Amino acid sequence: MTDEKIDFAVIGAGPAGMAAAAFAVELGLETMLIDEQDAPGGQIYRGVERAEDDSPLGDDYLAGRSLVDRLRAGAVDYRSATTVWHIDPDGTLSLLSAAGAETIRARRILVATGAIERPVPIPGWTLPGVMTAGAAQIMLKTGDLVPSGRAVLAGQGPLIWLVAAQLIRAGAPPAAILETAPHPNYHSAARLLPRLLWPARRVLWKGWSLIREVRRAGVPIRREVTGLRALGRDRVSRVVWDSGETDTDLLLLHEGVIPNTQISLALALEHRWDDAQLCWRPVTDTWGATSLQTVSIAGDGGGIAGAEAAALTGSLAALDAAAFLDRIDPAERDRRAAPLRAALDRELAIRPFLDRLYRPAPQILVPDDGIVVCRCEEVSVAQIRRAARLGAQGPNQAKAFTRCGMGPCQGRICGPVVSAVMADTLGRPIQEIGTYRPRAPYKPITLGALAGLGKA
Amino acid sequence: MIAGMQRFDAIVIGGGLVGSAIAYGLARAGLKPALIDEGDVAFRASRGNFGLVWVQSKGLGAPHYQRWTRLSSEEWPSLAAELKERTGIDVGHERPGGMHLCLSAAEFDERRARMEQMRVEAGNFGFEYRMLEPPELKDMLPGLGPAVVGASWTRYDGHANSLYLLHALHKGFLDRGGVYLPNRTVDYAGVAPNDFRLGSGSDEIAAPKIVLAAGLGNAKLAPLFGLSAPVRPQRGQILVTERAGRVFEMPTTTVRQTVEGGIMIGDSMEDVGFDISQRPDVMSAMAERAVKSFPWLAELQVVRAWAALRVMPPDGTPIYDESEKFPGAFTANCHSGVTLAGAHANAFAPMVAAGVLDPVMAPFSAKRFDVPQAA
Amino acid sequence: MFRKRPDASLSTVPVTVEGIDIRVPEGVSAAAAILLAGLAGTRETPVSGAPRAPYCLMGVCFECLAEIDGRPNRQSCMVTVAPGMAIRRQHGKRAVAGE
Repeated sequence: MTDEKIDFAVIGAGPAGMAAAAFAVELGLETMLIDEQDAPGGQIYRGVERAEDDSPLGDDYLAGRSLVDRLRAGAVDYRSATTVWHIDPDGTLSLLSAAGAETIRARRILVATGAIERPVPIPGWTLPGVMTAGAAQIMLKTGDLVPSGRAVLAGQGPLIWLVAAQLIRAGAPPAAILETAPHPNYHSAARLLPRLLWPARRVLWKGWSLIREVRRAGVPIRREVTGLRALGRDRVSRVVWDSGETDTDLLLLHEGVIPNTQISLALALEHRWDDAQLCWRPVTDTWGATSLQTVSIAGDGGGIAGAEAAALTGSLAALDAAAFLDRIDPAERDRRAAPLRAALDRELAIRPFLDRLYRPAPQILVPDDGIVVCRCEEVSVAQIRRAARLGAQGPNQAKAFTRCGMGPCQGRICGPVVSAVMADTLGRPIQEIGTYRPRAPYKPITLGALAGLGKA
Repeated sequence: MIAGMQRFDAIVIGGGLVGSAIAYGLARAGLKPALIDEGDVAFRASRGNFGLVWVQSKGLGAPHYQRWTRLSSEEWPSLAAELKERTGIDVGHERPGGMHLCLSAAEFDERRARMEQMRVEAGNFGFEYRMLEPPELKDMLPGLGPAVVGASWTRYDGHANSLYLLHALHKGFLDRGGVYLPNRTVDYAGVAPNDFRLGSGSDEIAAPKIVLAAGLGNAKLAPLFGLSAPVRPQRGQILVTERAGRVFEMPTTTVRQTVEGGIMIGDSMEDVGFDISQRPDVMSAMAERAVKSFPWLAELQVVRAWAALRVMPPDGTPIYDESEKFPGAFTANCHSGVTLAGAHANAFAPMVAAGVLDPVMAPFSAKRFDVPQAA
Repeated sequence: MFRKRPDASLSTVPVTVEGIDIRVPEGVSAAAAILLAGLAGTRETPVSGAPRAPYCLMGVCFECLAEIDGRPNRQSCMVTVAPGMAIRRQHGKRAVAGE
C-alpha cells in the first residue's frame, strides 16, 4: 500500500461519474474513475460505445456517447472491471480487479453508484422468467437481444413505456402492458400539471410521444391493474391480476428506481426516508457533500432525478472537490456552478409530477404475509413480522433473528421492504425503524485475494 | 404514588446473550422478570459472535474460571435440547471437540505448555488434552495445509449458532412470561437495598432484584448499584464465506464451518476503543492465516464480514458480583456469552433467584482488582 | 427466453452452456448466454433448492450465480463472455476442494 494520495476518486462510470471525472481533470485534479463494468456508461448508457446510430434504444440513449467521449479524451485514470469492496473514512479505498486486490488513497471520494430498480415483491416474483424491465433493456443494450416469446411488462413508471417502445422498434413488441398506477395517482399528479406544462414541456412531450408510439403499435394495455401474481412451476408461464390473466414467457416488472445506497449506508452516512419518492436518500448539501468530509455523492444515488440531472450533479461535485482541495476559490466555484444549477432546476421540475403519477401502491412496500422478502435466504414477510413481535426493533435485529439480509446481495434487494414491513408491524414511522448496516466487503472477494492484499 | 409504574420480580438490564440467558433462567425459575434492552443500532457484542462453545483456552491462571467454563459446557446440551423443545428453534450445537492450530514449532511448544499448565491447575477436577501432529491431524481436518505443524485438542469444545441461541433465549423468555422492554435507555435509577426502580421516559419499573448484564454499558451502570465492572472494549473482526458443502465438523479457534455451510474466520484482538470500523489489513491477516491452515479456502468468496466489540474485563476472566451496599443487585460480565450460556441460565440465574451468589463465585468478584500486586 | 433481434449485426463468440456449444453476441454476459441457451434458470438455491434465474442483470440481486470456467458462485451477469468459456448452472452450495 502506497502512502501517496490522488486528488479525486470517483466510483461509478454512469453519467454522474463520467461527468465528474472528466470535469475534475479539466480543473486540474488527479482523478481515478473506478467502475465494476467492462465499459463506461453505468446502466443507463450501458454499451453505448458500441451502439449503432439507428439503435432502437433511441436518441436520448445515444446522447450518452458525448459523456463517454469526453471521459476517453481526458487524462482520467479509468479502472474498468474493478470493484470497490471497502472505503475507509480517511480516504483509503480497497479495490479488486482481475489483477488482484490493492488499496489506493484519495483526498476526496465521489460515490456515483446510481440507482437500482425498486424490488417488486408480488407472489411468484422469484420464478425464473420474472425479471425487471431494466434487465430486458440490458439485454438489448449489451447484445441486441430481445425476448423470444410472449413478454409482458407490468408495473408503472417512464421506463415501462421506454422499454416497450424500444422493444417495438427492435422488432419484438411486448404481448401486453399491465400498468399498476393506482387511480388516485392521476388526480394527485394532475394538480401539478398546469404549472409544469411550460417548464417541463420537453419531457412531457417525450413521455406522451412514447406512450403514443406504444399505442400505435397495437400493444394491449390494461390500466389500474391490481393483484398481480406470477404463476408457473419451474418458470413463469402465466401472469394473473384481479381482472384478468394471460400467458407469458417473460414477465418484466417495474415500480420505479431508487437510489443505490449500499456504499453510503456502509459508510454510516446519515440517510432520510423521502416520502415523496418512497426511498432512503443520503443527506447531502447542494454540492453533494456529506457529513463525512472526504465523501460526496452525485447522480441518482443521492435521489432519483434522471441521467441529465446526474451529469449536472456530477459536474457540481467536481467543482466542489476542486474548491475543497484549494485548486479554485469558492467564488470561482460558485460562478461556474451557476449555469449548471439553472440547468439542474429545469431537469428537476418534472420530478414531483412523476413521483405522484407513479407512486407505488402500498403492497409494493408492505406485501402480503406469504411473499418472500429476502430472496437470498428465502425469508417471508410473515417471518419478519414475527421477529418484530418477538422484540426486534429494526432490520438489524430482524436480520439476527431470521437471517434476512445475510445472503450474497447483502440486503440490497430486501432492505427497503424489510424496513417498511417492520414499520407497519410496530406502528412506527419508517424513519425511526432505520436501515440495514451493510459492511465490507461491499462485493464478494476471495480469501486468496484478501490474503494477497498489499503484497507485490 | 407514581403513575406508569410496573412491578417485577427481577429486572435484567441488557438483552444480549448474557442478559437473555440469565433472564431465561429467572423466568424458568418461576420469577416474573423484565428484560431491558437498547434499540436496533447498539454495540451488541452478541451479534458479532463467532459461535464457539469453547473450554480449551479459558481460565489459564484462574482455575475457578476453568471450572466454570467446563460446567457451562456440560450444561450446554441440556439447555439446547430444552430450548428446542420449548421454542422449536434448533441452536445447532455440536460438540465434536475442538482444535487450536499451530503454524510454527514455537507456537506448538507454547501451546503445549499452556495446555499442561491448564491440566496442572485443574488438579483433581481434571483437564484432558492431546497435542496432535499432521498425520493424525489431517484425518480430522480435511485439506490441512503443510504450514500447520500441530494442534491442541480437547473433547470439551464445540460450537453453535449464536444468533439462533439469542433468538431461542428471547422466545423462551417470552414464553415463560418474561416481559421484554426494548428501545430503553435508563434515564434515572432509584437504588435501595432490595428495592430498585428504573425510569425511562415516562415509564418506571421496579423490582427487588436487578442484574446488570449490559455489556460495555456496565462500566458506567455498576457504580450506581454499589458494584464495579471495569470492562473495556476489545475489537474482533470476523469473515464469513459463501455456503459450501460440509467439509469439516471440527471447529478450530479461528476457522469453523456453520451448519448452513458458510465458513467463519476469526479472530482478531484489537485495542481500539469503541471503534467498530473494519480494517482491510486485519482482514487480510486473518485471511492469510486461514489460507495457510487450509489452502483450499483461498478460492472461497467472503460474502460478509463485520467488526464487533468484546466485553473485556482487565484480566480476561469474568466478573460476577453481588452488591454489598445494595443487596439484590448483581452483575455479570464476560466475553464468552455463547460458551457461558449454560452456566448463566442453569447456575447463575438460580443463584440470583435465591438472592445470593454461591461462595464458589467469590473469586469472580471485582474485589480482586482492589488487591495490590504482591511485590 | 431471449433471442437476437432481427437486424442485429454483432459478431459472435463461442461458449459452452451446460456442455452444449452455442455462439452468443460479443460483449454479452455469461448470464445472457445461459438465457440464450434456452435454460429457464441459472441455479437452485442453497437454502431450499428452489429454481432461480437472473432478476436484475446488473449485479444487485445475485440470482445469476453460476459456475464459470470451473469457479462456482460467480455473478454471471458481471462476467463478459470470452471464446471457449464454460458456463454451468450452480446447484445449491458450492463444492470445495477439501471434500
